[in-house]
Amino acid sequence: MNWEPVIGLEVHVQLLTNSKIFSGASTAFGSDANTQACAVDIALPGVLPVMNKQAARMAVKFGLAVDAKINRRSVFARKNYFYPDLPKGYQISQYELPIVGEGHLTIDIDGGEKTIGITRAHLEEDAGKSLHEDFHGMTGIDLNRAGTPLIEIVSEPDMRSANEAVAYLKKLHTLVRYLDICDGNMQEGSFRCDANVSVRPVSQQKLGTRTELKNINSFRFIERAIEYEIERQIDILEDGGTVVQETRLYDPDKGETRPMRTKEEAHDYRYFPDPDLPPLELEDTFIEATRQTLPELPDAKQKRLMTQYALNREDATQLTVSKELADYFEAAASATKGDAKTVANWINGDLSGYLNKENKEITESPVDAQQLALLIDRIHDNTISGKIAKEVFEAIWHGEGNADDIIDNKGLKQITDTGAIETIIEEVLAKSTAQIEQYKSGQTKVFGYFVGQVMKATKGKANPQQVNEILKRKLDA
Amino acid sequence: MILDHQTVTNIARLARLHIDESDIDRYASELSRILDFVEQMNRVDTEGVTPLAHPQEGGLRVRDDIVTETNQRESFQKVAPEKEAGLYLVPKVIE
Amino acid sequence: MHNKSLTQLAADLVAKRVSSVELTQHFLNRIEQQEILNAFITVDPGFSLAQAREADQRIQQGDKTALTGIPIAHKDIFCTKGMLTTCGSHILSNFVSPYDATVIDRLNQNGAVILGKTNMDEFAMGSSNETSHYGAVKNPWDHTTVPGGSSGGSAAAVAARIAPAATGTDTGGSIRQPAAFCGVTGFKPSYGQVSRFGMVAFASSLDQGGPIARSAEDAALLLNVIAGFDARDSTSVQRQTPDFVNEIGGDIEGLRIGLPVQFFGEGLDSDVEGIVREALREYEKLGATLIDIDLPNSALCVPCYYVLAPSEASSNLARYDGVRYGYRASGYSDLIDMYMKTRAEGFGDEVKRRIMIGTYALSAGYYDAYYLKAQKLRRLIAQDFAHAFERCDVIMGPTTPTTAFAIGAKTDDPIAMYLNDIYTISVNLAGLPGISIPAGLDNTGKPVGLQIIGQYFDDARVLNVAHRFQMTTDWHQRAPSRVQP
Repeated sequence: MNWEPVIGLEVHVQLLTNSKIFSGASTAFGSDANTQACAVDIALPGVLPVMNKQAARMAVKFGLAVDAKINRRSVFARKNYFYPDLPKGYQISQYELPIVGEGHLTIDIDGGEKTIGITRAHLEEDAGKSLHEDFHGMTGIDLNRAGTPLIEIVSEPDMRSANEAVAYLKKLHTLVRYLDICDGNMQEGSFRCDANVSVRPVSQQKLGTRTELKNINSFRFIERAIEYEIERQIDILEDGGTVVQETRLYDPDKGETRPMRTKEEAHDYRYFPDPDLPPLELEDTFIEATRQTLPELPDAKQKRLMTQYALNREDATQLTVSKELADYFEAAASATKGDAKTVANWINGDLSGYLNKENKEITESPVDAQQLALLIDRIHDNTISGKIAKEVFEAIWHGEGNADDIIDNKGLKQITDTGAIETIIEEVLAKSTAQIEQYKSGQTKVFGYFVGQVMKATKGKANPQQVNEILKRKLDA
Repeated sequence: MILDHQTVTNIARLARLHIDESDIDRYASELSRILDFVEQMNRVDTEGVTPLAHPQEGGLRVRDDIVTETNQRESFQKVAPEKEAGLYLVPKVIE
Repeated sequence: MHNKSLTQLAADLVAKRVSSVELTQHFLNRIEQQEILNAFITVDPGFSLAQAREADQRIQQGDKTALTGIPIAHKDIFCTKGMLTTCGSHILSNFVSPYDATVIDRLNQNGAVILGKTNMDEFAMGSSNETSHYGAVKNPWDHTTVPGGSSGGSAAAVAARIAPAATGTDTGGSIRQPAAFCGVTGFKPSYGQVSRFGMVAFASSLDQGGPIARSAEDAALLLNVIAGFDARDSTSVQRQTPDFVNEIGGDIEGLRIGLPVQFFGEGLDSDVEGIVREALREYEKLGATLIDIDLPNSALCVPCYYVLAPSEASSNLARYDGVRYGYRASGYSDLIDMYMKTRAEGFGDEVKRRIMIGTYALSAGYYDAYYLKAQKLRRLIAQDFAHAFERCDVIMGPTTPTTAFAIGAKTDDPIAMYLNDIYTISVNLAGLPGISIPAGLDNTGKPVGLQIIGQYFDDARVLNVAHRFQMTTDWHQRAPSRVQP
């Protein structure tokens, strides 16, 4: 039987506020345990929540960016359950009336586009952390993270493969960083994903039983976890079994998912409106003012780059993965006399390669946009060849100066003096009588051999175009 | 009786209250009496009535995004039942 | 000295007829003499006297406000930095708060002295003070009867003249009912008038702190300090707080008093009714007119309340889990067992009952039938008041159906206990201000309370109407016989 996977994602995005969603404690990451957990965060008796306006603004910003309905009135509700990293015994979240309603996001997949529905996005507070290292057989609780603002973005079950799920997740990741509402740091848990996965026979309408994969913290793992889970469910169904609805954890070491060990009680969160927080009401002026702060969004930027710089879709998509990368491209493209396509090739090729190898962000690149532009200028004005440029690039990367300095110091300037090139060609031809014979007898493929010899003799600095021309003239004479 | 033995057991677990097995039936009858009493509410037709959750029905006041709190761990953890290295300790949590 | 009003005490302090240290010591001595009442959970003479010394310095420097140097007792529900705050519960038996409630903070700023923390029903859940982990409180008028609850310790302390005034909280009548039982004045302000920050939550949409004092004037004085906007409480109302003391004293000629027929029907003790009617005649003499009004859904306020309050409480009390503060059980097998035993051992029966009811009312499949139904009823009850106030300025009636009942009389019958608050609960559901003032003594010599209910944020008028009665009667000056002189 042919099976169709159905995937929906719930993404928790930590908002980049200074203070927590309901208290004045700092949200900075990595401080000593419980030093950023104030009276409200540790739920002392009698404390009360007061809402952070910036968190609301960021949620609205997200909603506007995915073309969603912004609810003028939203209600905070308590989600009740006991867990040691949840100090109040309930999480303040939104249930019936979230701040952001239905919206959508377009992903690039298999050379085309697909629209993924967003069901809702609601504001809520993060929980603390349980540290499972051994404290005499006990667990340690750090509440620094408790109360950090989150939006939980719930998608429709619109994805049909792990690949699509990752594309959606990456797009969301790009978007929240464009909006400057999240740092996107998956290692630190600023951007976390749960996946609901089920499979069904291809022609069937009804959804299969789903499992929930919890807290997967990299794009690679999410892809593997979903793929594993799809295979697992198909195996069960093909063996005549049934999938159990449960929460599963992905083990990256083993590359498999397993059910959570805590006995899943029938969850009954007993949501009800939080009596400490009257409904949040948003004025139109607030929403409009927030709209004004929206930057150019990834889709718009991609389309603009394609038309303004005559780039193909693939290049434009890659360049708009982050706002900083796109800014880098535009800065380099406007500074160089070379063409934009060359700039795109350099950024998506060599530069990305170096960045990846050293695990650097574009903002940390030792080669800035001006330096790249100068390098491309030197290709454009024939000072160096594209091949030599790679050597120059490496030197710039390692801090040896700008393109001109390096070309000078290393004597990499291209030889364009026709006389000089002719002399070298003469020398090469004088030593290659056998190859000249072959060429004259019609084996023109040997032409490459002469070019190679000339380049070797000039250490690659001869202008390849001139070499070709002169060689051809002499051999065909 | 509105609540049976099993329901009381379930509620107690949901509320994280240990109740001795021998007390469950007493709870079932006490709580059932209270529920029976509150069900007088059904004497009033509330069809179409908008629920009132709170005397204040809107206009949540919001605050500016400013860090106002400082580290008070020492003071807060003076009253903690069990702690180590700045952490609150609890019986092992298994995921 | 202990029979003087707050205004008189303040005048004595300024005139140096007495120092704050002397005054505080006097009341500390009286607390000790009246220990049998069990009105206090915590008294810390060292703490109080240190505050009194500071107050004396302030007075010396001329830096004083109306309450500087005056000892005030606090219901043990208000967090006090450096002092135990138990909320009447075993689960907080070792909880020393690292911070002050806003109410405490404001009084401290004004140089008032914390006289001690008064006994109360556990987590304010009770109408007799018998659910306290720290034992029942005796009514100073008759030691065999309850002082009412949940602010029973505060009301008993003020009645017994072992505190000049006290704070309380009122979720369904917890200020007004004990004030009625103990023959003192207890005011529950409009919801949002007094900050809830640092006041241990029972039912957040209903809880409101307020003064328990010997007169409406004293209550106004205390309210002046504790009321007002607090940015730390999202339900605190941002509006100009009047000077409640200045607002009292105006005449009440033409005042329209609404009498809900439902407050004078079945279940009301005839003695109580007689005394309340007598008080109403006094108001007529003062120029007010009486109008019968209808609050058709008021009978259902008790069932409504006993869904909503336990629902909110079940969630509010989830934080008492033995992890960060408070009691933790000693023997347990794992995390869940630790939670279950800590909470079972830490909470008393009534609290557990309400947590269970609330948990059930919010649970899947029952939410609509209980919680949502109760919210709809709450709307109807609030609308009843709105309609009534189209025809009258204040509403009056008895605070309670009977006077103080015997200790132990209702402990086995939760519903009988709940029905004690039948006239007070609807006021909390609608968020309105309400006061109970002494209106007379029944044929066994126990105080009867008259309740006055006002429109939302018409607190000053309620206090004034109460004050006018106290200007021409002396019921509020009567003290239990064994207290005199």
